[in-house]
Amino acid sequence: MRAQTDQQKTEDSKHLTMLTNRSKQVSNKEMTLAERMYLPAILGGLAITIRHFFMKKATIQYPEVKRYLGPVFRGHHVLKRDEQGRERCTACGLCAVACPAEAISMVAAERKKGEETLYREEKYAAVYEINMLRCIFCGLCEEACPKQAVYLRHDRMVPVVTSRDGVIYGKDKLVEKLDDRYVRNNPDVKATPTEPTLSRSVA
Amino acid sequence: MDLTVLIIKSLVILAIFGITLLIATYSTYAERKVAAFLQDRIGPNRAGPLGLLQPIADAGKMFFKEDFIPAQASKWLFILGPCLAMLTALMSSAVIPFGDSIKYASYDVPVQGLDVNVGILYVFGVVSLGVYGIMIGGWASNNKFSLLGAIRAASQNISYEVALGLSIIAILMMTGSLSLRHIVNEQANVWEWNIFTQPLGFVIFLTCAFAECNRTPFDLPECETELVGGYHTEYSSMKLGLYLFSEYINMFTSSAVISTLYFGGFHYPFMTQVHDALVGSLGDVAGHNVATLIGTVVLFAKIFFFIFFFMWVRWTVPRFRYDQLMNLGWKSLIPLSILNVILTGAGLLYNIKYATWAIVLVMVVLGATNAIKAPRRKPVAVPQV
Repeated sequence: MRAQTDQQKTEDSKHLTMLTNRSKQVSNKEMTLAERMYLPAILGGLAITIRHFFMKKATIQYPEVKRYLGPVFRGHHVLKRDEQGRERCTACGLCAVACPAEAISMVAAERKKGEETLYREEKYAAVYEINMLRCIFCGLCEEACPKQAVYLRHDRMVPVVTSRDGVIYGKDKLVEKLDDRYVRNNPDVKATPTEPTLSRSVA
Repeated sequence: MDLTVLIIKSLVILAIFGITLLIATYSTYAERKVAAFLQDRIGPNRAGPLGLLQPIADAGKMFFKEDFIPAQASKWLFILGPCLAMLTALMSSAVIPFGDSIKYASYDVPVQGLDVNVGILYVFGVVSLGVYGIMIGGWASNNKFSLLGAIRAASQNISYEVALGLSIIAILMMTGSLSLRHIVNEQANVWEWNIFTQPLGFVIFLTCAFAECNRTPFDLPECETELVGGYHTEYSSMKLGLYLFSEYINMFTSSAVISTLYFGGFHYPFMTQVHDALVGSLGDVAGHNVATLIGTVVLFAKIFFFIFFFMWVRWTVPRFRYDQLMNLGWKSLIPLSILNVILTGAGLLYNIKYATWAIVLVMVVLGATNAIKAPRRKPVAVPQV
């Protein structure tokens, strides 16, 4: 029985070595005189560190230089317009239902005559608010939206909040500006299988 | 003393004092920059161009922090601790010869705080006093961790002072003088710099200097993992600032002492030729003063190299365990330095200057043969997937 467990153990350890091929057996054998003199090892160490002194630095100067975070980054929300500049949102409320932080609230209204150039469907969101103190940027609203109306921009972050005034973003801050249309830069990268591509919404 | 001499002398002393403080200030900046560069980072670069105003910002922060004295602490000793540390740190640079001499009319004033004939003993005395600052501060804090850190600092400093002193004795035997200026002038020829005549003594002195400054790998008095913050756990505000500052001043002073004792101080190759050429072209007074200035710059270059070396080692060698520290001090460095003294004496007797190289040679040979004879570590058989 015991022999069996021992064998099990060695098998286990073998398996562990195989995982990375980098594990080394610890040896506690006595140091040689050269090792006990420390100096050769210290000189070797100094050589290594001074090489790093002249290496290229990994730092990115953050606020001035920003890294591209990829097309899947979830940043500032945007309420998309369609090609003719009409708001897509129909105030169905699915985003608000999907939101785990309950950050989204809206008031629906009926489109009047003559407003066809403003809103795509007969129903639209008169008020659409996202509380940025509650939002966790999970992107579930984006996934829930049947009209491809709400997106989380990959190229812009919600700025840092220093006071409680103005943290509830209304339509003025959320609706896409006509001179500042949002497109995912790299439509080839499929972020998630469920992500609606922009081309599909043309119909 | 003449008034002119007095004025020049006080100017020299003020300059040395100011430069010491300035270098210590910018050592904090350099430490962070060097640390960053050795770790593939950039380091402070926000305050001013290249972050050059960082030390001032740090000092400002230190001043505006709450100056807290623990209720159970011994108040006056608690205040005395950092003051003593700072005082002793500033005192030790007084005897270091920073340059040859300044000529003014008929006066010839050496660039040195004061040239006492027991200069090196003065340095040792002041450095030994430095432990009082740490000990008093650690004890007065009424905190176990502070006290442990202070005790560690005290025992470490005392242990390494023995080897430090013994490694100096070899130099004193060769020079026959305790005056630092005399020791420097003995090293006028490059091949007679003490680093070449006393290689082993230099290694011992350097190691002990690290220990005396409480720098890594011997920074056990402030070993964060074991002692929270060491002897200055309870300190805040500028009192903490003084402790940290005194450490950097100590680093500067020990770099200066190392350059003076082992690297010829303000001497550099072809110094006399340069001096003669300058005197020939600029006249006796101006030429001599410019030559002195060059020597001073050379000395500071050496000092900066050693300050950099202190930082370089800090980010290379991990901290010793306390028993390893004591073993190294008592069982290796002290016997070696005694051997060094004996061999230097024998060399003096038979007029061989480079006698101590014999120890280095023997050690290298022993180490090499031992390494060859040692059983090889079997390469671990890694099962291939």
